[in-house]
Amino acid sequence: MSEWAIECSGLSRSFGSVRACEELSLRVRAGSVFGFLGPNGAGKTTTIHLLLGLLEPSAGNATVLGHDIRTAADQVRLRTGALLQNAGLYDRLTAEDNLEFYGRIWRLPTAERRTRIRELLEHVGLWERRNDLVSTWSGGMRQKLGVVRALLHRPALVFLDEPTAGLDPMAAAALREDLAALSEQEGITVFLTTHNLSEAERLCHQVAVIRQGRLVAIGSPDELRRQRSAPRLEIVGSGFGDSVLEGLRARPEVVAVKLAGDRLVIDVRAGAESAPLVGQVVAAGASVEEVTRPRASLEDVFLTLMEESNG
Amino acid sequence: MASAGSTTLGDILTIAWKEWKEYLIQRGNLRGGVVGLAIVLGVFGIMVPYQSGAGWVEQPLSIVYWAWLPLFMVIGVIADSFAGERERHTLEALLATRLTDRAILLGKVFAAAIYGWGFTLLAVTLGLITVNLAHGQGRLLMYPPLVAIAIAFVGLLAALLAAAAGVLVSLRAKSVRQAAQTLSIAVMILLFVPVFGIQALPPEVQARLLSTGASLSAEGLAVGAVVLLLVVDAVLLATAMARFQRSRLLAG
Repeated sequence: MSEWAIECSGLSRSFGSVRACEELSLRVRAGSVFGFLGPNGAGKTTTIHLLLGLLEPSAGNATVLGHDIRTAADQVRLRTGALLQNAGLYDRLTAEDNLEFYGRIWRLPTAERRTRIRELLEHVGLWERRNDLVSTWSGGMRQKLGVVRALLHRPALVFLDEPTAGLDPMAAAALREDLAALSEQEGITVFLTTHNLSEAERLCHQVAVIRQGRLVAIGSPDELRRQRSAPRLEIVGSGFGDSVLEGLRARPEVVAVKLAGDRLVIDVRAGAESAPLVGQVVAAGASVEEVTRPRASLEDVFLTLMEESNG
Repeated sequence: MASAGSTTLGDILTIAWKEWKEYLIQRGNLRGGVVGLAIVLGVFGIMVPYQSGAGWVEQPLSIVYWAWLPLFMVIGVIADSFAGERERHTLEALLATRLTDRAILLGKVFAAAIYGWGFTLLAVTLGLITVNLAHGQGRLLMYPPLVAIAIAFVGLLAALLAAAAGVLVSLRAKSVRQAAQTLSIAVMILLFVPVFGIQALPPEVQARLLSTGASLSAEGLAVGAVVLLLVVDAVLLATAMARFQRSRLLAG
């Protein structure tokens, strides 16, 4: 099996004059959880439709699990599962009938189908509610059922398009937990689109950021934080007068200094040491209570990227 | 490994299984669906034959009635086939599966046609029982063999006609309501245009048409109807298959 579950090169798709996906090139490692981040309308869903062979690319090419999306889309869909933007569940059927239908579509033998449905519904705590009409379920339960449906036939790769969108924080956290446990247990590749950055940070081995159809960054959450955020030093204390601030600004390793209440925030260049800076502050007569080197969150990185691509 | 043909047949039956479940539960629950169907069955399978008496099985015109019933039944469910899936956001998930375009389309057509035809056969049987019980007077009232065969064939082909035309309309409609309205208008045109059209003709033309009709044999009429329906069904199915493409449905 190839090291890469997804490889695309120059993948593009336009709708009239709107470029929904523009020269997208990326690779997703098999067995990993890949986060595809971007604001609304960035082209995330179009990319999933392209990778599933549901839309024809205007240009470029891609392979999914080794199959060309232009010439072997049926093979791609045979080996993948998907929870798209709408869960796509049949409200007039029970939860079990929904899964039974998709189990039949994937040609799971009857005994295996029943065992698998029970195993997955028990895993997400919905087995007791299997005979309810889906229309009576909450949003969180429906999304869980959507995830179960996507994993039913043990696909090698699953596409999840904003699986926690519209859920309350408790339901979203529960779904995330189930998703992480199931993907690890099943050993599958997960291609996850989201604009929930803490979700991506918690679940994903690698993330790509897309804006207006264009890829603007790709890497692990740690790599993106390192690449995209200036190192920062925060000193909590008192006596941070103008002389302290001026003294710090004069140092070559300091990029910017600002005072926020009793907190002195110092942006420094990569590799800058904390001790000389703290020493200078103390020598200038300030009192120091706490020194921290906060890490930028993925959200900070994302916002920076959005600002950069705006400019 | 299953052959492509058997795989497609299995997939068609899978789609049909889901469609039939939805037909029965479309009024919110299984009991509501079954009661609704039982009422329709009571009207068309018991009440109308009971009121018609022995002539119900003796007049070949009943073929027209049994051709109309499957049309009526299929139109009631087929508008929902694609427009409903799109409206309820289930179509995208279905298209993202391994099913071929052909299996999805034929599954929908097959489900609706068999539903309409099966219901018609049930109504035919109930009608025969009703007429024999109420008007038999000790003798067996039965359709002439040719009429019985024609009822079965014409019923199936009429159901197929409604299903294929309905799928075509539903594929293009923006909503179930729009699809249902379009189909209702089409059925009205199909039923009323020939009736009013003939009445609008000059009396001598009407008389000539009537005499030509009277000179035709029942066998000839039945075979002609079957051939005509077969051709129309094939054309509609081929058009629907040509129009049903995943990328068009999502991009549109």
